Amino acid sequence: MLELRNIGLSLNGESGEAKEILRNINLTLEEGKLYGITGPNGGGKTSIAKVIMGIFSATQGQVLFNGEDITNLSITERARKGLAYAFQNPPRFKGIQVEEVMRIAKPGIDEMSIRGYLRDVGLCPEDYLARDLGANLSGGETKRLEVAQVLAKESQLTIFDEPEAGVDLWTIQKLINLIVTRHRGGANRTAVIISHNEQFLPVCDELVLVADGEIQEQGPTNAIWPLIRDDIICDCQIRNQCGGGFYEVQPS
Amino acid sequence: MKYSPLDSKLLETIADLHGIPQGAFNIRKDGEGFRQSSANIEIIPKKDKPGIDIVVKPGTKDESVHIPVILTKSGLKDLVYNTFIIGEDADVTIIAGCGIHNSGEDVSEHDGIHEFFVKSGARLKYIERHYGQGDGTGRRVLNPTTIVTVENGAYVEMEMVQIKGVDNTVRNTDAFIHDRGALKIIERLLTHGEQEAVSNVTLNLLGLDASGQVLSRTVAQDNSNQLFKAALVGKNRCSGHVECDSIIMGAAQIRAIPGLTAESAEAVLTHEAAIGRIAGDQLIKLMTLGLDEQEAIDTILAAFLR
Repeated sequence: MLELRNIGLSLNGESGEAKEILRNINLTLEEGKLYGITGPNGGGKTSIAKVIMGIFSATQGQVLFNGEDITNLSITERARKGLAYAFQNPPRFKGIQVEEVMRIAKPGIDEMSIRGYLRDVGLCPEDYLARDLGANLSGGETKRLEVAQVLAKESQLTIFDEPEAGVDLWTIQKLINLIVTRHRGGANRTAVIISHNEQFLPVCDELVLVADGEIQEQGPTNAIWPLIRDDIICDCQIRNQCGGGFYEVQPS
Repeated sequence: MKYSPLDSKLLETIADLHGIPQGAFNIRKDGEGFRQSSANIEIIPKKDKPGIDIVVKPGTKDESVHIPVILTKSGLKDLVYNTFIIGEDADVTIIAGCGIHNSGEDVSEHDGIHEFFVKSGARLKYIERHYGQGDGTGRRVLNPTTIVTVENGAYVEMEMVQIKGVDNTVRNTDAFIHDRGALKIIERLLTHGEQEAVSNVTLNLLGLDASGQVLSRTVAQDNSNQLFKAALVGKNRCSGHVECDSIIMGAAQIRAIPGLTAESAEAVLTHEAAIGRIAGDQLIKLMTLGLDEQEAIDTILAAFLR
């Protein structure tokens, strides 16, 4: 359904010199599966998502979606073909209201459905429908609205970039249930969750471990999760912090 | 008075008018007025100069007055002096605005000198929209002068919008706010092409616990030029805030000059000013939802100026 073939990405750093961000990324996402991408900060997880969405143009390799080469398509074209991305840090807008952005996400959506999506992410429609997506919202509220937008879009492939970031503990489980329920709703949609959260990752069908711009491990969750669980929970063996190898815990 | 389709379009754009409004109104077309008073709101033509007096009886509640102006003749220079007296404890809305259609080569200009006296305890909402259109080379010029006296405990909200199509504008607004009086000015302005806009706003916070707010949002496109000056003068225990926020595009120029003058140690005056391009992450976000780049820009600008 979506395939990354030998993707490389270089971006200009602050000094103007090209910096290699991703290399040799080969990844196949199958229809109907729920994927988790995890790994240390700065390892390349969000960059993979942005290459898929067309926000970053790969400097090498191909992106295929349903067999079509979409490497050179714009963000808009990819969005219209059925890709969606929930931002890690969603931008704020002055004057754009919640209801309006939901209608942009899903043209023709009725108000009842918008209210339903807001309730799903734990936001009261009466309080939020007419609110600006501006600075008056907290980070957690903005993230929940971001999730509501991409869910409303009902795309074939949706990437959630750290959906738990900034969200209160009481809402994280609700978001997990929501994404899993929607995903398993029979529409054969594929979802990717980029996360470090030990609640999110075990519910995925497959996990992909990304570090240093490369895929280090990938496979079924029951095989990969034990490899990385302890590191994520205690966060003590990340390379460059304690000098050890990366995720050296052996499967039990 | 009959309106052409052109008149109707202009009236709809500047004053949301679809036909003759209910209640009091004064519709001025090409220098000629057509008016109606109501039981509580009297509209009286001035005897010594062009313009009208609008007198709202004390205690009048929930009534509105429409006073739009349209210019459809190229080369016409229209000057009016309007005086608004809002009686004690009244609560009314005034919908003004000016639409110019210039399909000729000569300058069409409307200069409106509006003076407001908002009496003790009254509440006024004033909405003024400016708009220009027409395929002629003649410039469309609008120069409003607004002088507001906010008496003790009165509240005034003024929403002043330049929609588009105005080639030159000089907007002068002076307010005098007395004890516990409050004034909020919301200015939204779009310039494009070679247009020029100047806005000078001065709020004189005279009385004890007077308050004033100026919120300006503008977009300058192409080669247009904007100058926004907002001054707060605190002469007593009072509070005031100026916020100017602008999006700049193309080769446009914007100057925003907030000014604060405190003549009392108990005056609290603040300002914020920001000028910048549309943020790239905003465009990308809307494009990930399926809008193309131009649709995303239009959506952001429309929302910003709403």
